[in-house]
Amino acid sequence: MSDRTSPFARDTTLHGDCDRRDAAWYIDKGVEWLLFLGGISAILFIIGIFAFITHEGMGFITTRFDAGEFFTTQYWTPSDEYDPEYGILAMLAGTASVTGLAMLTAIPFSLGAAIYIGEFAGERAREALKILVELLAAIPSVVWGFIGLSVMNPLLIALFDIPVGLNIVNAGILLGLMATPIMTSIAEDALKAVPDRYREAAEAMGATRWQVIYKVVLPAARNGLLGAVLLGVGRAFGETMVVLMATGHAINIPDSPFDAVRALTATIAAELGETTAGSDHWGALFTIGILLFVITFLINLSADLIVRGIRGK
Amino acid sequence: MFRRFAAALFPLLLATTVLAQQSIQIKGSDTLVNVAQAWAAAYSGMRGGLSIAVNGGGSGNGIAAMLDGNVDIANASRAMRQGELELARQRGLHPLRHVAGYDAVAVYLHPDNPNRRLTMDQLREIYIRDGGLRRWSQFGDPVPGCPSDEVVVVSRQNNSGTYAYFRGEVLGRGKYRQGALEMHGSRNVVDLVSKTPCAIGYSGLAYANDQVRMACIAAPGEVCVTPDIASASTGGYPLSRPLLMYTNGEPRGEIKAYIDWIRGDAGQCILYEMGYAPIREVHCHDDKARPNHG
Repeated sequence: MSDRTSPFARDTTLHGDCDRRDAAWYIDKGVEWLLFLGGISAILFIIGIFAFITHEGMGFITTRFDAGEFFTTQYWTPSDEYDPEYGILAMLAGTASVTGLAMLTAIPFSLGAAIYIGEFAGERAREALKILVELLAAIPSVVWGFIGLSVMNPLLIALFDIPVGLNIVNAGILLGLMATPIMTSIAEDALKAVPDRYREAAEAMGATRWQVIYKVVLPAARNGLLGAVLLGVGRAFGETMVVLMATGHAINIPDSPFDAVRALTATIAAELGETTAGSDHWGALFTIGILLFVITFLINLSADLIVRGIRGK
Repeated sequence: MFRRFAAALFPLLLATTVLAQQSIQIKGSDTLVNVAQAWAAAYSGMRGGLSIAVNGGGSGNGIAAMLDGNVDIANASRAMRQGELELARQRGLHPLRHVAGYDAVAVYLHPDNPNRRLTMDQLREIYIRDGGLRRWSQFGDPVPGCPSDEVVVVSRQNNSGTYAYFRGEVLGRGKYRQGALEMHGSRNVVDLVSKTPCAIGYSGLAYANDQVRMACIAAPGEVCVTPDIASASTGGYPLSRPLLMYTNGEPRGEIKAYIDWIRGDAGQCILYEMGYAPIREVHCHDDKARPNHG
């Protein structure tokens, strides 16, 4: 930030403050402050949200909470009148397995799309594909969830002879498709950032197109691609509606990809609305919220750092 | 999504009820919310100037709001818990329950499932944590269209009044089976069972449709009973429950008149038309086929 644009530091020693105080001057100052507020509002909101969920969760964390029970047991019956249990291990396993399968789906799709758009497609095909990929991102998550319930569920039952089609595979495939747009566009940016002289040098050595991509472009874009995957993980991890509708919402440590599971986000979505404010159950849900906040924050932060190349080439 | 919309609407409702001269605030059970809204619409239409605000949010939330003095009536599909009664006593409140109707919690099966007769003990072994009944062939007949033979246990989300009621009646203090599919809303339970031959689920009688079958349930030492309006009213069906309205102390004035009207013929006919069982035999003016209401 230079002195000229900062609302706080003005260099009065050199120029003095001899601006005319007319309407334009006040409008200028006003706009400067408004833009400053807009600029820092994201930080204020993040701090505010974190303070809020911490405040709501604190009542539980300081009283009933037992880290051993919370993280290492799989029983979650917080509404039990006599013997409530607050274990999230099964939900951690559910979130992790669905996110993992989503990445197995999304990485080939998004990497393939990015390589084709960035390295092979002509000008017009590139523009058309980029718009279509963006369109995929515009589908509301509740619509994806609906597809999970009414299309994927019977399809999976018919294909694999399983009792219920609401499971890891169902939600994982949908989440993978949802994460594909952001991963494609970040991955394509990463490929574009590889200087053309690398490609030209490789081609001059007699490399085929695939050899150029595989041996030169992909290794050079490694950090950007890793960042794309991590952002996709963050997207899949925090998604709520699809996992609520398509996982089966069963508290269960899965031993097969066709098992119904339950995600941390879906638990909050399903239970918070009908939970008495201030109760242990309420506090436990906010504690899950804190955990989700911290994990997604770390994932997105590391993705950002990797994409910016701060960790070096 | 709807909840967020409702939350945005809430201040608006609050503003309108403050402006109106007479108002009754009601909150609670989602099982009762449809019929409570129908009652409110009919009653306030009859008596201009009286506004009745009905909110869902679950039995627990309704009771909590009543104990906080935020609402006049709490709708509940379960009785008040020991902890809630204790809280009321500490605050010097005297919650009074009024039975507004009856509901049967039906056990739903896929139409292809031949195992239509279940005892309460069998239900318990299906639903309880680590229970012994896990395969349909254990009941005698395998289910066509269910090659895995596995009983897919469908339950409700853990803060629903129906979840708490079913648990109390069937499992006592036992806990639900780990891995049961916890569906959000009664409608979703019935939908899932209708598409899943291996599944068993429970939900209010009012959610029955022709894509599912209701199991005939036998209490210990009794013959089995299939739920209907009559067996819910008389209590002949083992899983019938009263639908309750709680007030703080004996209701007076408008609130008393409203509850009396609900328990009278007009209110009970509305309840009956929505698929629930009236508290006594009523003769409704327009005795058309009962719609399956959601």
